[in-house]
Amino acid sequence: MNNQASNSQQPQQAKLQWQVVKDNTTKLVSTGEWTHSSVQTVTKIFEQLLKTCRDKTIQWDVSGIEQVDSAGMMLIIHYFDLLQFSNCSVHILAANNEFNRLYELLRKYSDKPTKTNPVFSSSLLSPLESTGQSTMTFLLGLIEFLTFIGENFITFIYSLTHLGAIRFRSIIKNIEDAGVRAIPIVALTSFLIGIVIAYQGAVQLEKFGANIFIVDMIGISITRELAPLITAIVVAGRTGSSYTAQLGVMKITEEIDAMRTMGFDPHQFLVLPRIFALMIALPLLILFADIIGILAGMLISHLHLHLSYAEFFLRLQTSLDVKHVWIGIGKGPFFAWLIASVGCFHGFQVSQNTESIGRYTTISVVNAIFLVIACDAVFSVILTELGI
Amino acid sequence: MNKTVIQARNVITRFGKNVVHDDVNLSVYQGEIYGLLGGSGSGKSTLLREFIMLLKPAAGEIQILGHDVLNISRNDAAKLRQQWGVLFQAGALFSSLTVEENVGITLKEYTDLPLNLIQEIVHMKINMVGLPAHAADLYPAELSGGMIKRAGLARALAMDPKLLFLDEPTSGLDPVGAEAFDNLILELRDILGLTVVMVTHDLDSIWNIVDRFAVLGEKKVVAEGSLNEVIKKPHPIVKQFFCGARGRIRIQNGK
Repeated sequence: MNNQASNSQQPQQAKLQWQVVKDNTTKLVSTGEWTHSSVQTVTKIFEQLLKTCRDKTIQWDVSGIEQVDSAGMMLIIHYFDLLQFSNCSVHILAANNEFNRLYELLRKYSDKPTKTNPVFSSSLLSPLESTGQSTMTFLLGLIEFLTFIGENFITFIYSLTHLGAIRFRSIIKNIEDAGVRAIPIVALTSFLIGIVIAYQGAVQLEKFGANIFIVDMIGISITRELAPLITAIVVAGRTGSSYTAQLGVMKITEEIDAMRTMGFDPHQFLVLPRIFALMIALPLLILFADIIGILAGMLISHLHLHLSYAEFFLRLQTSLDVKHVWIGIGKGPFFAWLIASVGCFHGFQVSQNTESIGRYTTISVVNAIFLVIACDAVFSVILTELGI
Repeated sequence: MNKTVIQARNVITRFGKNVVHDDVNLSVYQGEIYGLLGGSGSGKSTLLREFIMLLKPAAGEIQILGHDVLNISRNDAAKLRQQWGVLFQAGALFSSLTVEENVGITLKEYTDLPLNLIQEIVHMKINMVGLPAHAADLYPAELSGGMIKRAGLARALAMDPKLLFLDEPTSGLDPVGAEAFDNLILELRDILGLTVVMVTHDLDSIWNIVDRFAVLGEKKVVAEGSLNEVIKKPHPIVKQFFCGARGRIRIQNGK
């Protein structure tokens, strides 16, 4: 078909010429194709025309236009209106039927030209305004989060009185996802942390000939602080983000609404099992990280300081009070509760578009990690003040 | 007027062992509103997806605006895609963009028009499809079903296509909204000189705006032509379609 041939030709550019006929009469002649791919050249000519034309009569000959689409016609309408704003009387001449029909159609649907009023704004006020707005956003977010925790707590109380309502199967599945599947990455991270601590300590302690104290250092720092913190951060990145994404997708596909209408409380079916599962899994992961971290430290002590494994164990038994291990593990449920609540909360905040899943997943991980570290700091202060 | 815009010849489509089309033939002429009809699972939407190059049939030939879409070069395909507009069944608006951005995206991407002109064109298209002016700044999630269809149509019309594909344009609309949408399509066809291909089950649409249509069934086109021509053909699928309770009322009341 010959359509193909005409498509491959370059479209003829739109042309616009103007000449002053009399003192106050200007003649405009448009030719060529006025379509979306060929009109951008004439806008400059129009702008020049606008600068010179005021209070004039304009006769606009459009008979030379071979083809016009709505982009071209909108351009004509746009400048027609602008010329009228500069007090010109514009007459379109020699328009054919097709031109007129399109003109009428687009006129009917285009916005009425209005002169926009300048909006009151000041560069002094805008930082204040943005500060106020972000404060409000933060406060509203905080209120929402507190509401979420409140709802969740009520569901928790209900579950305590109705033990049958607890979704044990779902909890077990979530423990598998969040705990068992996290073992390799937790093992690797805590192993590396153990190595790093041992090396850094070994170099310093060697200077004093206090090689044996490497055991105290590794034992206490890993069990009390590092293992809980590192494990919680890994879990926040891994599980917190997946909670947000899972619940977010369920929100978008209206699954959560469907659950509500069927009388399944999303807190009971989705949130509580996740929180319980993580509160069980995280302390276990921390214990696991303790063991791996100390083993890594022991390996480096042996290689670098030539401390035998037997000596290491002997020293560990006398220097590492069991309270350090318990404190480390005891932080687990708190961290887990923060990670799971924040993850689920942001999952529910996802709105009806795909972009917000990504945004809230990021926010959820960042918030969870921050809250875990803040919580750890609070623990440090309280426990130290109490002398534990 | 009778230039062929779309021609499908001997199209065969298979998904694994499941044969969807076995020797489908149809042609769409310029300026007409062409309906693709058939029960669920008869392969109407599949055929539409083959027309717009989202799917390749196993065998056969499909000509769209003079291009053989089964053996089309990259450049020709890019040009062809600018000459049609597609309205998907669920709108398929980009959820992270506002209606205005959704409608203007092809203009911004493919033309060098100044931004204020693009904005005017977009507003005009939004008015044209009957959306209120404030809808321009809304996100797709904030729109009702009918508004999503209208916004989708505005996006499909953004580049002044010659060919418009509509996948069940009136499904999910109330009868009043559906009729208004039908009239809009009719009006746009008349003024912009569009050729419209629509997949539909809506008997009212078939009665009111479709010029010619094809009924798909038994993996083939069982009937093709205008309403009067098709209704005379006593194919059982056609009978089922038009002589059910809903169809009979229409026939009794006349056109």
